[in-house]
Amino acid sequence: MVEWTPVLLALGILLGGVAGAAILTWWERRLLGFWQDRHGPNRIGPWGIGLVVADMIKLLLKDDWVPPFADRAVFIFAPTAIVVSMMMGFAVVPFAPDMQIVDLNIGLLFFLGMTSLAVYSVLLGGLASNNKYALLGGLRSASQMVSYEVFMGLSLMGVVMMSGSFSLVDIVAAQSDVWFCFSQVLGLLVFVVAGIAESHRLPFDLPEAEHELTAGFHTEYGGMKFAMFMLGEYLGLMLISCMIVTLFFGGWMGPDLLNEWLPPIIWFAIKIFFVINFFILLRAAIPRPRYDQLMSLGWKIMLPITLFNLVVTGGVLLWIEETV
Amino acid sequence: MLEVVLFYIASAVALLATILAMTRANAIHALIYLIISLLAVAVIFFLIGAPFAAALEIVIYAGAIMVLFVFVIMMLNLGERGDARERQWLQPKIWFGPAILSAVLLAEIVYLMGTVQGPATVGIVTPKAVGLALFGPYVVAVELAAMLLLAGLVGSYHLGRRALERRH
Repeated sequence: MVEWTPVLLALGILLGGVAGAAILTWWERRLLGFWQDRHGPNRIGPWGIGLVVADMIKLLLKDDWVPPFADRAVFIFAPTAIVVSMMMGFAVVPFAPDMQIVDLNIGLLFFLGMTSLAVYSVLLGGLASNNKYALLGGLRSASQMVSYEVFMGLSLMGVVMMSGSFSLVDIVAAQSDVWFCFSQVLGLLVFVVAGIAESHRLPFDLPEAEHELTAGFHTEYGGMKFAMFMLGEYLGLMLISCMIVTLFFGGWMGPDLLNEWLPPIIWFAIKIFFVINFFILLRAAIPRPRYDQLMSLGWKIMLPITLFNLVVTGGVLLWIEETV
Repeated sequence: MLEVVLFYIASAVALLATILAMTRANAIHALIYLIISLLAVAVIFFLIGAPFAAALEIVIYAGAIMVLFVFVIMMLNLGERGDARERQWLQPKIWFGPAILSAVLLAEIVYLMGTVQGPATVGIVTPKAVGLALFGPYVVAVELAAMLLLAGLVGSYHLGRRALERRH
C-alpha cells in the first residue's frame, strides 16, 4: 500500500482528474446514447472507448487560434481559471480516512470560495471573445452562478449546524450514525440543483445554450483552450459529486453492515459513480428551462426552501438540546 | 521563517496588483488585478491565523462583489471608447494631489508601526470563535448590518419595479 503523502495525493488528483474527465466524456455519451435509444460512440475500440484518444488527438492538433478582435491576454487566461480553481477545490475532499491533502477548519468555505472563483472563467471568456453570443452567455452565467451560489452556501448550513464544524473530516465523522441525506433532505435537494447550476451542466447549461447562443461563452474557443473549458466542466461535475457524497452520503463510510467489506476509498468511488450517473441521467431526462424560469426557480422556490430548512434544523437542534 | 517569506511574497503581490489595478485603462484588466489583490490579501489573512476571514474574503469579495463589477462592465460594454476616456483621466495633474496626501498618511502609518510594540499574531482564530463574537458581544452590529442590507434590497426592488412599470 502506498503512503498517501499530500504531494503524491495532489499528483494523483491532477492525473485522476484529467483522466477521469477524459473518460467521462465517453461514458456520458455512451450512457446518453443508451437512454435515448441510439448507438452513441461505438466505432473506435471496444464500446467506442477509443473515442477518448481520437478526441484528444483532434483537440491537440487543432490550430490554436486567437480571434484578432478578442482581448488577447484575457482570452488566453480565461480557460485556465476554471481548471485551476476546480482542481484547488479537491484539496479539502477527504477521499478516505487518511487520504486528504489538507484538513482545513474552513474546508467547506474553501470549497465554496473555489467554486465561486470558477465563475470568472466563463465570465471573462465571454467578455474577452468580443462576440455577441459569447457576451450573452457570459452575462447569463454571471447572474445564474451568483444567484445559485447563495442557495448553495445556505443549503449547506444545515449540515454545518448538525455537525458543528466546517471541517469536512468532522462532517464525515458526524455521519457515522445516520447519513445527512435523511436528516437534511431539503438541503440535499437544493444543493444538487445549485450544484448543477454552478457547474452549468444540462439542464442548466444556459450560458452555452446551443439553440439560442451557438455555443455561448466558448463560441470563439477552439482546440486546447476549448478543451480546458470542457475539462473544467467535468472537474466541476466530479467536485460537486465528491461534495454531495462527503456532505450527505457519509463520505468514505459504507452502509453500517457492509462497511467492513470494502476499503473506504472503494466505497467513496462507488458513491461518486452513482452520483455522476445520476447527473447524466438528469441531463437525459429534463429539458433546458427558459432563462427567466431558471432565475425564478432559484429565488422563488429554492431560497424559501433553504431558509425553511435552516429554521427547522436550528429549531430541532435547540429542542433536542433542551430535552436531552 | 517560511511564513515570513510567504507573507512578504503575498504582500508584494497585493501591492503590485493594486498599483496595476489603478493604472490600467482597460476596466476589465483593472478588475482582474483587483481580484488578484483580494486573493493575495486572503492569503495574508490565512497566514496570520485568520482562516475564516480569508475564506470570507474569497467567497464574498472575490467571488461575489467583483463578479457583479464585471457583470456591470459587461452590460455597459464600453470597449475602446471607455479605454480612451480612462486614459484621459490618468493625467499626472489629476492623480498628483491625492498621491501626495496619501503619501503623508503612508509615512505616518509606517512611523506608527515602528513605534508600536505588540504581538504580530494573536493565534489562530477559528470560525467558531468568530461566530460566538458576532452573535455575542457584537450582535447589535450584526442586526444593524442586516437592516442596512434589507433597506438596500427594498430600495433596489423599488427602483427596478418602477423601471418595469414604465416599460409596460
